[in-house]
Amino acid sequence: MAGNNSAVNAPVKVHIDHVVKKFNGRNGEMVALNGVDMDIHENEFVCVVGPSGCGKSTLLNIIGGLEQPTEGKVLVDGNEVAGPGPDRGIVFQQYALFPWLTVEKNVQFGLKLQGKSKEECEELTHKYLKMVELEQFAKSYPKELSGGMKQRVAIARAYAVNPKVLLMDEPFGALDAQTRTQLQSELLETWEKEQKTCFFITHDVEEAIILAQRVVIMCARPGRVKDIVEIDVPYPRTQETKMTPRFLELKNYIWSQVYQEYLAVRK
Amino acid sequence: MRMKKSSFWSKIPNWVWLLISLICAIVLWVAASIAWPLVFAGPQRVIAALIDKASTGILFEHIWASLSRVLSGFAIAFVVSIPVAFLMAWYDPFRHVVEPWIQFVRNIPPLAYVYLIIAALGIGQVAKVTVIFIAAFLVMVITIYQGVKGVDVTLIKAARVLGARQRDIFFKVTIPASTPFILVAARLGLSTSMTTLMASEIVGGDRGIGMMIQQASGWYQMDVVLMGVILLGIIGICFEKIVKFLERRFTGWQETIQQ
Repeated sequence: MAGNNSAVNAPVKVHIDHVVKKFNGRNGEMVALNGVDMDIHENEFVCVVGPSGCGKSTLLNIIGGLEQPTEGKVLVDGNEVAGPGPDRGIVFQQYALFPWLTVEKNVQFGLKLQGKSKEECEELTHKYLKMVELEQFAKSYPKELSGGMKQRVAIARAYAVNPKVLLMDEPFGALDAQTRTQLQSELLETWEKEQKTCFFITHDVEEAIILAQRVVIMCARPGRVKDIVEIDVPYPRTQETKMTPRFLELKNYIWSQVYQEYLAVRK
Repeated sequence: MRMKKSSFWSKIPNWVWLLISLICAIVLWVAASIAWPLVFAGPQRVIAALIDKASTGILFEHIWASLSRVLSGFAIAFVVSIPVAFLMAWYDPFRHVVEPWIQFVRNIPPLAYVYLIIAALGIGQVAKVTVIFIAAFLVMVITIYQGVKGVDVTLIKAARVLGARQRDIFFKVTIPASTPFILVAARLGLSTSMTTLMASEIVGGDRGIGMMIQQASGWYQMDVVLMGVILLGIIGICFEKIVKFLERRFTGWQETIQQ
């Protein structure tokens, strides 16, 4: 995959077709998403940035099947999304590990529901705990882990059920800067090794550019796609990539776009 | 080297503190028995009363009568409160109707409605168990309801995304996530059962620690009264220790504030 940035020629994995989401709140009807159209291609890494309230989490939940769109639909491999399922894994900002299960039992949770044999469960658990370098913590409980380690377990758990699409809702938002940087490079490494279609939401423009092939900028009230920026910075990307002129150029452009939206929301 | 005061006290192990606490209590007890000999029987008299009642076997009949009441009232309350709490958490109409009743009755001392129950059910075992059941149920149902209501929605979402159906969510998420609250409820329920025991034994019957205390107080045998009171306290502590052990066993995974 290294060097080949564009996944636009790959077949469409997720087709978002004019998705509208309205909520009935105290102050009447609120439009969270106002007609979002977007295609995510096979094995593509797409990041979504935008101010709070632009509906990016709502969009992720709709793809994940946790929320229903008011209008429009989402197709994954041509099939309309009707509810949540193991073909679309989600990594949440709050880790969402089951605190009463050990690390390995957390990773096995989805595998057991799929009716996999004990040997298969153990093999896959071992493989993905190794991937996130937490094999020696297999028997630990989540409370014994740091935030970064918890999120690595959550990523291993999402990978273990082998979803077609990985949806990540600000997964590194609650972590400190160093841990975040480290997990970003780990995630990129994993993505280059085990190709997956990734839909990643973040507040952090730099994070979006270092990870994604395309960055989607959303605007708020009502939420819709403002711009999609192709990130033509070659992989593998490292911390040094953040110093290159092209990276900084993209960062300035995307940041100014997001900032405009931020100001618009504040008004 | 100068030692801080706190480090000296913190070096004393917990069991030594418990011993010190016990010795202080006995000293105060002896002092009280000297100051008010007609009210507080001293330790020797209480122990003598204990031996006296134990040797005839009547004491064990009293203990058994009370324990069986407390445990059956509590057990029925425990079994009933779990489904009711889940129904309250899941079906709003049910909760809207039932919750005000629970809140209303919860604040009435059992001693007040015990006569209604006796009028309805007589003075036998059924009435006594019913009083304990009501009091324990009310405390437990509220605690378990709050636990079920408070299950982290993100965990349910995570389970659904991993392929869990309604049934899996109930057994693999809701139940384990509510376990800490169920155990807290059990602890509160047991201590409520103990405090309600006296109310349940207030009228009629001839066996039970509460009865023993009442009869003895009628004869002004203050040594037996005090012995009964201490016995109730010891049973209460035993219950608490058992539930605490279960809590450690089943909910050790909980994030706790550092001690």
